[in-house]
Amino acid sequence: MKKTLAVSLLIAGTLGTSASVYATDTRARFMAANCAYCHGPDGKSRGAIPSLAGLEVGYFVEQMKAFKDGSRPGTVMQKHALGYTDAEFLAMAKYFAAIK
Amino acid sequence: MTIDRRDFLKISAGAAGAAALTPLSGCATQSAAVGGARYKVVVVGAGFGGATCARYLKLWDPKIHVTVIEPNDKFVSCPFSNTVLAGINQMNDISFTYDYLKKSVDAFVPDWVTAIDTGKKTVTTKGGKTFAYDRVILAGGIELLFDKVENYGPETQKTIMHAWKAGPQTATLRKQLEAMPDGGVFVMSVPMAPYRCPPGPYERACMVGHYFKKHKPRSKIIILDGNPDVASKKGLFMAAWKKHYDGMIDYRPNNMPRSIDPKKMIVGTEFDDVKGDVINVVPPMRAAEITGMAGVRDGNNGTWCTIDYRTFESKVVPNVHVLGDSALTNFPKSGSVANNTGKMCAYAITEMLAGRKPDPAPVVTNTCYSASSDSTAFHVATVFRWDEAKQSMIPPPGANGVSKEESELEMAYMESWAKNVWADTLGLPA
Repeated sequence: MKKTLAVSLLIAGTLGTSASVYATDTRARFMAANCAYCHGPDGKSRGAIPSLAGLEVGYFVEQMKAFKDGSRPGTVMQKHALGYTDAEFLAMAKYFAAIK
Repeated sequence: MTIDRRDFLKISAGAAGAAALTPLSGCATQSAAVGGARYKVVVVGAGFGGATCARYLKLWDPKIHVTVIEPNDKFVSCPFSNTVLAGINQMNDISFTYDYLKKSVDAFVPDWVTAIDTGKKTVTTKGGKTFAYDRVILAGGIELLFDKVENYGPETQKTIMHAWKAGPQTATLRKQLEAMPDGGVFVMSVPMAPYRCPPGPYERACMVGHYFKKHKPRSKIIILDGNPDVASKKGLFMAAWKKHYDGMIDYRPNNMPRSIDPKKMIVGTEFDDVKGDVINVVPPMRAAEITGMAGVRDGNNGTWCTIDYRTFESKVVPNVHVLGDSALTNFPKSGSVANNTGKMCAYAITEMLAGRKPDPAPVVTNTCYSASSDSTAFHVATVFRWDEAKQSMIPPPGANGVSKEESELEMAYMESWAKNVWADTLGLPA
């Protein structure tokens, strides 16, 4: 647990985010939970659909933006990306990044 | 926070494991340990909606006392049940234990609910137990209205399957299809919208078509659709029927079954009598029986339940929440929606218990795959957001649509979706 916390602090430090990463953002947690039916509970997939747990924040946000503007091809993801704001991408990204 | 949740699950699994044979004793122990009155939520029905809601209530606020009442001894998935009809999967592949769900809630009661008193806030079971609640979650799915089809009484139901609630009905319909000779006719029906799983009947035609093509290629499928047209993923299904099952499927819109003669094996519509070797009639449906007991079946001429999107609380009876197929919403009646609305409801209740208002502008998604053959599938995906002006949940521009075409990749995703949604709903281990 100590180690995990240290890694999380490192990630938070790298991105220059505040300690608010650690207060539970319940809206982000709910939005992230929406993804579970395809991407697995806690973003840990049991099949061909990729896991989201532990993805780096910047990577997650960039991919969602790429789905949104169509520069990353996909099947269902463009529709999903068009339903969320960039701020929501970031909130979900932080949630998934904190899952080990 | 994830660490906390996992640790909590471990602790909770250990505690419940010790009392695995008597789930209720686990409840007594925990209540005694806490000592005071805990906030009580009673969840009726452990399908995609109820089981998910119960699990997420405990994940997001372990202090809530959650009781689940469910009469079936195992979870049998409606999604993928059409693949059992195709012979691609067996009943075992779509049946799951409630053991993990039992471990994550305070009490799991294997019983039927017979009465709900929304004044006294109690739920009573067939076994004679009464449970007090602060909030009750009604997640009973659908009630099939056999009396809307002439002569579809208990005697006819012994041989004519609906197979619209996965379980023994699915297994029996599969046996009937296996026993049918090559060159036989399978007559199936589609109820008028809204009904559980809009693409399900059309997927069923594909799956039975797949089986016939492989084993009984001279056989035919007649689809009697109560709707004026294919009600879901029309272009994709029409293309799949042409590509994979050309000449096998006879699609008849505006053909609601009105009567059944199980001896002559005839389905009567307004137009004619349709003879089949295997008959599969899905009758009209409404919100589950338990919603009638609670007096919340207020919408759409008393057939479905109106809810507040932000809490999934009934619009007519306070402290009663309605999930999944029973609710009257803009959402399709899918497993994914039931799963995610279970979380919406858990989110709203845990926010309120934390002294906050429920999210004033929630966002929720649906993703629904249909199999077109044993190796191809396609999707519909939608994001719904609260629209203050419309007082409803609406897809933003572009956040709603279907596959361009069927693909093998989407079959892989469909299989992955199933594994993940079953795990998320029931708390199955990795």
